[in-house]
Amino acid sequence: MEWEVVIGLEIHAQLATKSKIFSGSSTAFGAEPNTQASLVDLGLPGVLPVFNQEALAMAVKFGCAIDAEIGKVSVFDRKNYFYPDSPKGYQTTQLHHPIVGMGHIDITLDDGISKRINVTRAHLEEDAGKSLHEDFHGQSGIDLNRAGTPLIEIVSEPEIRSAKEAVAYFKKMHSIVTYLGICDGDLSQGSMRCDCNVSLRPKGQEEFGTRTEIKNVNSFRFVEQAINVEIERQMDILEDGGTITQETRLFDANKMETRSMRSKEVANDYRYFPCPDLLPVVIDDEYIQTIRDSLPELPDQKKQRLMDENGLSEYDADVLSATREMADYFEAVAKACGDYKLAANWAMGELSAALNKNEVDIKNSPVSAEQLGAMIARIIDNTISSKGGKDVFAALWDGKGDDVDALIDSLDLKQVSDSGAIEAIVDEVIANSPKQVEQYVSAEPDKRGKMVGYFVGQVMKASKGSANPGMVNKVLKEKLDAKC
Amino acid sequence: MALHNLTLTQISKGLEAGDFTSAEITQHFLDRIQQLDQGDDGLNSFITVTPEQALADAKAADDRRAAGNATPWTGVPFAHKDIFCTDGTLTTCGSKMLGNFVPPYDATVVANMKREGAVCLGKTNMDEFAMGSSNESSYFGAVKNPWNKETIPGGSSGGSAAAVAARLVPAATGTDTGGSIRQPSALCGLTGLKPTYGRCSRWGMIAYASSLDQAGPMARTAEDAAMMLNVMASFDTKDSTSIKQDVPDYTATLNDDIAGKVIGLPKEFFPESLDGEMKQTMMNAIAEFEKLGCTVKEISLPSTDLAIPAYYVVAPAECSANLSRMDGVRFGYRCEDPKDVEDLYKRSRGEGFGDEVKRRIMVGTYALSTGFYDAYYVKAQKIRRLIKNDFVKAFEEVDFIMGPVTPSPAFKMGEKSGDPVEMYMEDKFTLSCNLAGLPGMSIPAGQINGLPVGLQIMGNYWNEAAMLNAAHKFQQVTDFHNAAPQGIE
Repeated sequence: MEWEVVIGLEIHAQLATKSKIFSGSSTAFGAEPNTQASLVDLGLPGVLPVFNQEALAMAVKFGCAIDAEIGKVSVFDRKNYFYPDSPKGYQTTQLHHPIVGMGHIDITLDDGISKRINVTRAHLEEDAGKSLHEDFHGQSGIDLNRAGTPLIEIVSEPEIRSAKEAVAYFKKMHSIVTYLGICDGDLSQGSMRCDCNVSLRPKGQEEFGTRTEIKNVNSFRFVEQAINVEIERQMDILEDGGTITQETRLFDANKMETRSMRSKEVANDYRYFPCPDLLPVVIDDEYIQTIRDSLPELPDQKKQRLMDENGLSEYDADVLSATREMADYFEAVAKACGDYKLAANWAMGELSAALNKNEVDIKNSPVSAEQLGAMIARIIDNTISSKGGKDVFAALWDGKGDDVDALIDSLDLKQVSDSGAIEAIVDEVIANSPKQVEQYVSAEPDKRGKMVGYFVGQVMKASKGSANPGMVNKVLKEKLDAKC
Repeated sequence: MALHNLTLTQISKGLEAGDFTSAEITQHFLDRIQQLDQGDDGLNSFITVTPEQALADAKAADDRRAAGNATPWTGVPFAHKDIFCTDGTLTTCGSKMLGNFVPPYDATVVANMKREGAVCLGKTNMDEFAMGSSNESSYFGAVKNPWNKETIPGGSSGGSAAAVAARLVPAATGTDTGGSIRQPSALCGLTGLKPTYGRCSRWGMIAYASSLDQAGPMARTAEDAAMMLNVMASFDTKDSTSIKQDVPDYTATLNDDIAGKVIGLPKEFFPESLDGEMKQTMMNAIAEFEKLGCTVKEISLPSTDLAIPAYYVVAPAECSANLSRMDGVRFGYRCEDPKDVEDLYKRSRGEGFGDEVKRRIMVGTYALSTGFYDAYYVKAQKIRRLIKNDFVKAFEEVDFIMGPVTPSPAFKMGEKSGDPVEMYMEDKFTLSCNLAGLPGMSIPAGQINGLPVGLQIMGNYWNEAAMLNAAHKFQQVTDFHNAAPQGIE
């Protein structure tokens, strides 16, 4: 039977607020356990939450960025469950009245076609702490530093049809929240995590199949792998005439499998009800408009601008706008050298190759955008050749120097662009190559172009590679044609 | 006059006049607590007495007065209900669950009193987690009513009520979720006020039902209650439900003329079934207001009967979540040798909570569960709006609404503790105030069988000053508030 895959993602993004969603504690990552947990985060008797307005602004920003309805009255609810890293015995979240309603984003598929994925909702909630099972010899440690970190949970419609689409969607969301500056996007630290709801149905059937939820997948690669192995698993069961159990599963990247988690809790009743300690959050049109007006350029807008105003191809514009880090880097290079196309060539060519080869993230690139831009500027002003540029880049990458001009000097890469000096060398080469000049002159005019190559090689050799190849070409042509 | 017979206001003035020092009067009250509260025959109105801290605070207050920085409260002794978190002092909420809980912070109400230099003598007994109307559900034992030690003092602020009635302190803080200030005040012959919801900060006040809980003063006179509310009330950014509203000087308007004020008597508060003597006592008290120039009008609050069922859905629902943090993980009681985390939860909570608390957690959990939520919680919230609308409509025509606080005077210990529903009926006249968020107070209105009963005065939102004014005028022409239990004076 032919199966259709149905996927919906729930992405949790930690908001980059200075303090927690309901307390004044810092949200910085990596402090000693429980040093960033206040009375409120510890859930002591008598404490009360106060909603952080910065988290509100960030959530509204996100809603505006995905063209969503903004909840003018949003309500915090208590989701009741016992877990040691949930200090109050309930999580404060938004069930019926989320801050962000229906919105959408567009993803680009491999074949270059754009697909719209609708976003059901995004709501504000608090993160839990962490249970630490190592080093406690038969006991567990609880670290509540993370407890109360603001999250937005972004819920997609079940409109994703493959693991690849899921990754494209996750990447696009990552790009949007980082462009907005509302999330640091650091997947390795859990700043963004993804729950994948996966089900299969016979092609053509309208009714959804039974779904499973793969919890807490924390990298783009794992999202793709986890969904693919889950699709395989479900398909095997269905092909054998079995049925899928609705449950929560975990992805094990080492064994490349998903396995059932806490099936006991499937029937968990969270007994949601409005949190009586927090008033409904009421915002007006003016508030929303102020935030809408302050939105930065978003990935789709940047891509369009790079094509329309800066003359980049769609492919280049897509790649360069895809992540905030790449886009910021690229724009800085372009600004420093003044040429978007050259900047794009270098960013997508030499830079990307070096980053990939050495498995370095662009934010840790040993060559800064300013350095790359300065180097390209030297190509543009004819100080060095493109080949010289590559040498400068390699030297910067290897840490042989910081200053582009100093490196050009020390590597002796300055090209000769003085027309008198070039003419002298050209004259000398012509004088020393009577046979080749003879052939040139006697050749059909349309074949002469190819024959210039020999003379160029000689001139470059004589100048030890320092002559500006463009000028050499021009001067040679003039002088040779004068003999015809 | 013996020092303990002075009212709060008189003590404040005596300190100001230099008639006695804070150290002297503090020691005097501490001695009374030792004599009358402790031992088998004691009232058991305190869970924790803090003599060393109190004497140190009294000394500091005397120094502050000498330095010329005294406020009306500087050096004045009082007590806190053991529901308010006190930095460094045991705060049990009447439960085994918090039998070892020493908070690292002060409730805002506690901080407000400290700032003025008031001297806290200790923490008063209460029904466990403020759930009860007789103070019999306290893990630390029942409190005796000083008017008759075989009867209950009311609850949940029963320790505060008994302590003030026995003149172990001139005043104490209380909290009122469904009548927990007014009912014990009525049964112990005190003046107690539950302010408008949002008037006093709930920060540091251990939550029972967050949307209903409100702190307020329990004292002997309206004048004393006004002096205390002046300091307890504040806007607090740490409590999102605290309301930004200026705190007036409640003592400044106590003597305003109340002639021309209209008193509404809801027929639902005077049903056929109301005890004849209770009804007569209430009518006699109301007649005093008429003598002061008030007019009386019969009104109707048709949703009154729905208050008990609505309250016993909303309050348990909220408490079922509020008490989830008592899980044995971070503070409070933890069972011996838990096998695993589930065992830790089950036994810590099973052993740490008393029956009434467990009953309400179960009721609330049930009311919030899938399939029942709409039928119970959502419906109860609708009823709440109906009750509120009744009052809003009534206050278009009247200035005050009056009626009994309780159906009867204090009952015998054990009389109702076996029948929760019978116990819940005790609150039928007090619950609607909390559900509507309105201020309500109880003032001494006479005695039945030698036991005090209270007249309830309800006012419109933020009308505490007018209510205290009316109560004070009443107390200028009556003597009920001066009555003391036998053997106390």
